Amino acid sequence: MEVSSEILLNAIWETLYMVSIGLFFGAILGFILGIILVVTRKGHILENKWVFGIVNPIVNIFRSIPFIILLVAIIPFTRLLVGTAIGTTAAIVPLVLHIGPYISRLVENSLLEVDGGIVEAAKAMGATPFQVIRKFLIPEAFPSLILSVTTATIGLIGATAMAGAVGGGGLGDVAITYGYQRFDDMTILVTVILLVVFVQLIQMIGNKLERHFRHIS
Amino acid sequence: MIEFIETTKDYHIHNQVIRALDHVNLKINKGDIFGVIGFSGAGKSTLIRTVNLLEVPTEGKVLVDGKDLTQLSKKELRKEKKKIGMIFQHFNLLQSKTVFDNVAMPLSLAGVKKEEIKSRVNEVLEFVGLEEKTNVYINQLSGGQKQRVGIARALITNPKILLCDEATSALDPQTTKSILNLLKRVNIEYGITILIITHEMGVIHEICNRVAVMEKGRIVETGSVLDIFSDPKTQTTKNFVQSVVRDEIPDSIFEQLEQANPNERIFKLKFIGVDVGQPVVSEVAKKFNVDISVLFGNITELQQVPFGNLIIEMIGDSAETDKAVQYIKNRNVQIEEVIADGSEFRDPSKRDLGNLIYG
Repeated sequence: MEVSSEILLNAIWETLYMVSIGLFFGAILGFILGIILVVTRKGHILENKWVFGIVNPIVNIFRSIPFIILLVAIIPFTRLLVGTAIGTTAAIVPLVLHIGPYISRLVENSLLEVDGGIVEAAKAMGATPFQVIRKFLIPEAFPSLILSVTTATIGLIGATAMAGAVGGGGLGDVAITYGYQRFDDMTILVTVILLVVFVQLIQMIGNKLERHFRHIS
Repeated sequence: MIEFIETTKDYHIHNQVIRALDHVNLKINKGDIFGVIGFSGAGKSTLIRTVNLLEVPTEGKVLVDGKDLTQLSKKELRKEKKKIGMIFQHFNLLQSKTVFDNVAMPLSLAGVKKEEIKSRVNEVLEFVGLEEKTNVYINQLSGGQKQRVGIARALITNPKILLCDEATSALDPQTTKSILNLLKRVNIEYGITILIITHEMGVIHEICNRVAVMEKGRIVETGSVLDIFSDPKTQTTKNFVQSVVRDEIPDSIFEQLEQANPNERIFKLKFIGVDVGQPVVSEVAKKFNVDISVLFGNITELQQVPFGNLIIEMIGDSAETDKAVQYIKNRNVQIEEVIADGSEFRDPSKRDLGNLIYG
């Protein structure tokens, strides 16, 4: 293996950095959009066909753009936001715009799984729309939301591999530039093993948390 | 306490208008346990939901304690909703929370202090008999226990009205009975007016004092439970009553009638109230020259008033039998002769319908 352990460690750090910051902002964006998609739909607590009619297609558009295209297509926007269009931090902007809408669909699904009777009971108690979301929908969907975030995190790790296209670095970038382009099979193997370990760990933690919060004897 | 005035509700589904409530007029008095019975699709679910505005009427209005809730501001409406508790067929409890947190929810939404919530929750949990389950998650409870939690949650805000939406339909008969007893206690001990919707006449029979029968979005019959059971007017009501009080004439009796004999006549007697205690039958046998055999009989209680049916055969001279019948009539017992044909119960199609309805 031609890659020094320093490069590898640095790549691990870059991946963790992109995934954690990307997930943080992506989750905020995703939860907001996901909740809007649920509560503004027909028959729900804040039914509003205009808001739903705007948010829904926007989410679809972002979901349908391949990440590698998104990465370069929004370069001007990225520059506006973080001052540069290359580097690890710059890669986070497209990562958030990629994973946010994805998380919003997962959140939407999780919240829609909550029995309509729960919302009805909340309304009968005189809960405000905010209380319905905060005290009924999210707690009831919580185990399912954990699994959603787990799935999104793993998707995000996949996406960071492409961040190399804008100089984002990370494990994927090491595998391509050192492993693939220089025919160093060992580097590819090591980076792939590292990614597999990452994914396994995250899925395991997600499952454990989900079980902890799902109160089934 | 609750008054429906020309309450109408239309749904628009695929450009079609479906009328779920059709100019309903109904008054529920303070302290009533009022039952609304109907088959599924009769509109009773919609009706109960207009009381706390889970459904907003298209036309007409609903007055709760004299107030039209649709006229209130959002804040006032939330305050009024605290006075209306509701329990559901499928309980609608939060799986993610313990019994305590579920029951405490209406108070914590209102921002009541923790200490006060705690004492109130303990009080209502004791009332419903679940004080030992305080910190248990909902999944670990049986259906009956879940409904008790539902009742505790509804009572926690000290409501004036309790709405019960098919509250016992998902429970077995034994559990149903215990929940109905609990609701009776809610009515008596807290003086809460209860509105129950159900498709089970047994529920009405067990605890209601007044009843309305719904069909196709309309109220087809309403009155005291005793009146409705003793003298149902519409076929729907008759079918419901027969699901509890079996007064149809058994087939074997019709077989007897086939071999008609003018000296053997069959009568159906209906006793309401004190008359049940009267030894009418034996008196008749002594006073008149007729032999009487009892072919079929049952007795039940409605609002502590006994209510019974008896089918007897009188054997003897026809003129003497007529006298006996007159005597029974004078004792305020309803009596009618069962004739071989012309009885609605003989119509096989109707009997099939009956079987279908009673399951």
